[in-house]
Amino acid sequence: MTYHPERLVRELDEIAQELRLDALGMIYRRKAGHPGGSLSASEIITALIFHQLRIDPKRPDWEERDRFILSKGHACSLLYAALARRGFFPREELQTWGHIGGRLQGHPDRLKTPGVDMTTGMEGHGIAVGAGLCLAARIKNLSYDVYVLVGDGECQCGVLWEGAMIASKYRLSELTVIVDHNHVQLDGPVHEILPLDSLVDKWKAFNFATIEIDGNNMREVLDALDMAKEIRNKPTAIIAHTTKGRGVSFMENKAAWHGRPPNDEEFAQAVSELRRRFPKQ
Amino acid sequence: MKKMSIRKAYGQALADYGAENPDVAVVVADVSSSVQTGFFAEKFPERFFNVGITEQAMVDVAAGLALGGMIPFANTFAVLFLRAAEQIRTCVAYANTNVKLVGSYSGLSNFKDGPTHHVECDIAVMRSMPNMTVVEVADAVEARKMVPAVAEHEGPVYLRVSRTEVPVLFDEGYEVKIGKAAVLRDGSDVALIASGVMVSRCLEAAEKLAKEGIDAYVVDMSTIKPLDAELVWKLAAETGALVTAEDHSIIGGLGGAVAEALGAKCPAVLERIGVRDTFTETSLNYEELLDHYGMSIKDIVEAAQRAVKRKDQ
Repeated sequence: MTYHPERLVRELDEIAQELRLDALGMIYRRKAGHPGGSLSASEIITALIFHQLRIDPKRPDWEERDRFILSKGHACSLLYAALARRGFFPREELQTWGHIGGRLQGHPDRLKTPGVDMTTGMEGHGIAVGAGLCLAARIKNLSYDVYVLVGDGECQCGVLWEGAMIASKYRLSELTVIVDHNHVQLDGPVHEILPLDSLVDKWKAFNFATIEIDGNNMREVLDALDMAKEIRNKPTAIIAHTTKGRGVSFMENKAAWHGRPPNDEEFAQAVSELRRRFPKQ
Repeated sequence: MKKMSIRKAYGQALADYGAENPDVAVVVADVSSSVQTGFFAEKFPERFFNVGITEQAMVDVAAGLALGGMIPFANTFAVLFLRAAEQIRTCVAYANTNVKLVGSYSGLSNFKDGPTHHVECDIAVMRSMPNMTVVEVADAVEARKMVPAVAEHEGPVYLRVSRTEVPVLFDEGYEVKIGKAAVLRDGSDVALIASGVMVSRCLEAAEKLAKEGIDAYVVDMSTIKPLDAELVWKLAAETGALVTAEDHSIIGGLGGAVAEALGAKCPAVLERIGVRDTFTETSLNYEELLDHYGMSIKDIVEAAQRAVKRKDQ
């Protein structure tokens, strides 16, 4: 495992916080979107798009690129912000999110948005689609890795576990699943709606290697991604404990902020909190 | 007439085409021996994936294979694709992945396993999804020729394959073209437009009608979407009386598609043969089951007679 210098961690942390501001601004302007699960996933998406993935904004369809499937597609404001900042399309285009005729749909659309590897938004699909991508790579002798970010509420979907069984049958070590375990879903706390405990044991039982981390800690995210790459013979699940609505006090751990936009006052306060709390530590 | 198995012809064609095209992959949900993907599995184990009883994930895996540049054929019983309707809509149709869904044991052809295993609404569901092409084969020759056509057709396809054996209708010279119907018999008074196993029944019905002085076209409408509407309009203008026949509900399938085409441009008398908005029953025999649910040769003959009579009214 490589040691990640403090400068890199700090740089990525800064990007993650900027993306939170971008995403929240997009949700505010559009008066629609999903703040809670976007803010929780910022370190994970940042680490992938700005560090881990072998991708090239100039060649979004490059055959050998690593693939990233945002299975929890409702966090797309943050993904769009990341892809724009990484150079896949102009940042001004973020203003057109959800506009008729635009390239940024309400949930990710692989045919419209450069850098989006798979159309998502309906929960549960990412792992099985990712497994198919890994199988294709084996047949075609390509060496890309596939990363799938799922929500914890999403782990209630049967098809997700079907996909997990298939990934472990074929020992798809090229596949890394990251669970954004923010403990809150649309209707309330995950443990009240449909308990998942123990989530780590579930992945173990499905023959995944498991790594449990603080998913809002950039260094832990980077280290876990490195570890996952070294695991042979089985897929990996990184269970990343995060805070839903991370960085905005009144949004944190509140199901109400799963899918509602902030009003003028709330937005102003959120921006000032995100700016004030930056840099962290 | 010699009868041949449609599903076996499909399975052999898949293996043959797999030799020609290294991009073809096959996924199946624990029904490989039933839907005849074993021929492919034997020849190309590295491109064959039996994923167990996971129809939803099977569709997603196929979408992933397509994203990785493969041409995946995903196989299960036609009725079981309904379980994966959302996966098909999101990851195949909307994402426009190059996935071929093969719904075997279609219609009532799995007669002995009963109504849980029959399917009367798969065409209706698939046909209403944007980007989806819907194809049904009428005999073993068409099944064999359809495999390369489906594989080489860019985009999502739903291919409907019957479990049964039917008389061989086509000769080797037949050229399958997606979107183009085949006229098997020329006529003038009425046109019988059918898909799947009902094509051979319509040919027999046409012989009976001829004896009564009614001259019937017989058309194999193997592509249900996009429908060969030009031909439907031509036959409507020429005969003024159409009969559709399918082993599927009269709602939303071939009959529905033809009705829509007629309504859009060239109204004509239409009678629809198919399952009449009802669930069916278990049977000891497929032919008897079709007869029992209003899809007998006699039913086709009577529908044609009604259609001819109605156009004169």
